Amino acid sequence: MMFIDPHAHMISRTTDDYEAMAAAGVVAVIEPSFWVGQPRTHVGTYIDYLSAIIGFERFRAGQFGIRHYCTVGLNSKEANNAELAEAVMEILPRFALKEGVVAIGEIGYDEQTELEDKYFRLQLELAKELDLPVMIHTPHRDKKRGTSRSMDVCEEHGMDPSKIIVDHNNEETVREVLDRGYWAAFSIYPSTKMGNSRMVDILTEYGAERIMVDSACDWGISEPLGVAKTARLALERGIPEEQVRLVCYQNALSAYGQSGQMSEDHWLNPAAIDQRTVYEGNSILRGGREPLVEDAAVKRNANNLIIE
Amino acid sequence: MTSKAVDLLEQWLGHRLKDDHSSWLQSQLKKVLTSNSDRELHITLGLIPRKLGREDLNLTHSELTEANNAISGWNPGDWSIDCAARIAVLCRLSEHDKEGFGDTITDLCRNADLAESIALYSGVALFPDSEQLDQQVAEGLRTNMRAVFEAIAHNNPYPANHFDENRWNHMVLKALFIDSTLAPIYGIDQRSNKELAIILCDYAHERRAAGRPVTAELWRCVGPHATNAMIDDLQLTAGSTIATEHQAGVLALSQCKDPLVQQRAHELTASYPETMAEIVNGTITWDVIYQRQQHQSGN
Ligand SMILES: [Zn+2]
Repeated sequence: MMFIDPHAHMISRTTDDYEAMAAAGVVAVIEPSFWVGQPRTHVGTYIDYLSAIIGFERFRAGQFGIRHYCTVGLNSKEANNAELAEAVMEILPRFALKEGVVAIGEIGYDEQTELEDKYFRLQLELAKELDLPVMIHTPHRDKKRGTSRSMDVCEEHGMDPSKIIVDHNNEETVREVLDRGYWAAFSIYPSTKMGNSRMVDILTEYGAERIMVDSACDWGISEPLGVAKTARLALERGIPEEQVRLVCYQNALSAYGQSGQMSEDHWLNPAAIDQRTVYEGNSILRGGREPLVEDAAVKRNANNLIIE
Repeated sequence: MTSKAVDLLEQWLGHRLKDDHSSWLQSQLKKVLTSNSDRELHITLGLIPRKLGREDLNLTHSELTEANNAISGWNPGDWSIDCAARIAVLCRLSEHDKEGFGDTITDLCRNADLAESIALYSGVALFPDSEQLDQQVAEGLRTNMRAVFEAIAHNNPYPANHFDENRWNHMVLKALFIDSTLAPIYGIDQRSNKELAIILCDYAHERRAAGRPVTAELWRCVGPHATNAMIDDLQLTAGSTIATEHQAGVLALSQCKDPLVQQRAHELTASYPETMAEIVNGTITWDVIYQRQQHQSGN
């Protein structure tokens, strides 16, 4: 089965993770611009970060047979630094048209301050102008009201819900998001966001329409196999295969494919120039040996002494 | 840069693009040239692959000959449509604003995505010379992305025409270091030098000490500058049981120029009469060895 992880901060992950993801069937990832753990204080570091996710990270993923896409945006935490935020807004349009940019995101609220509100709205306008989908990060605290408010603001700006992916949902937010016509994404992230057993319960209750799962893996304790493991668990618990395919692959492709920058051809039938330069293809799709997910674990075993 | 080159690019694109795509490109170019900010340039470069697609340019044999006649060593055989269109726009811009062009290139490279980086560096031989361009190409060589490195190093006359010996030598060494290849480097034989031969032999020793294979192509730059100690390396290579290595060793020995070692090199090649016969009749060349190696590695 092929998977897409539509929210993965690969810039913070190791090659072991790429190997394990490729082996588990992940053919594409979407890397949203985000907060890197330490606040950025200069627009220059922002520019270099965005350049890294449209350049080197894309190349790195390609080495493992994984197609890499990204979203660009000013995240809600850093929106609170007005000087930085202004400067980032200046340079964002330049990055939004780069190859493989599938949305403006992840944007939205953190503490729901005035500045967060201001830059959220400005970025919605940018997405509208460039006709790009939007990935919304819903706040960790005061989540239910923050989620409703995010959608209110989108509607105030005349955004089309079918081009907006509301991420980090839970049992409390999902119904409203779906009822209002948005895509609902769930981050399978241990301890703080969703667990995959709860996720399967949600699939049982709501079905697969407009729902997608992601790992949101980053620099914290997180699980890059979140999508693959959720798919397996869902199948074991009797969720029909077609629904699992929608939630773990097709819906992400349909939603972000609206950017015109992401298509199944990119991994099933890559352009000749890409095959020569950055993406030879996925060894599993090419009919190669199916590698073992355990490879990385074996390598990381401290008793395995030989390094070549 | 010659305006002949950009005329060719536009002509090739004209033959391949649909009429409405051609006129779109023309009108964008007009906007870029008349605008007084760089906004139109960024938008145009960003939209080119979306509008025109990313198919291969697939130049004919005679078109490739035209390219080489316009700029010796220019080989756009691997260029795609979007790459060609981006370079054409930039060439026209450079004619229009020669002074500012160096800064424009620096700025574009800083913000480039992967395909743009590859396109920008593939086109450097067509751009007007400038200090900034030179610095940027040097920066490009420091990349970890092989495709970006190869955009500069392969099928591109810029390095042979502009690099000093140190930069040239490090480019060749890096090509080997990242498992890239030497045959597509324009001027690889003309620019070989004594210093490079020393660097490459040291590198070969390092590889052998680590139990790692040494690519047969390495010896291409050693033969003409081989010292007595280097003949030892070539002798070892010629004795290899791997066909391409053996051929490379004998070929390099046959190209030794130093009168002090020629006698010994000659005696060594004489012990491989069959291989020597193939070298003499032209069935074994560095390009043939390169192709056989490519074939072995499945490329
Ligand atoms: Zn995130």
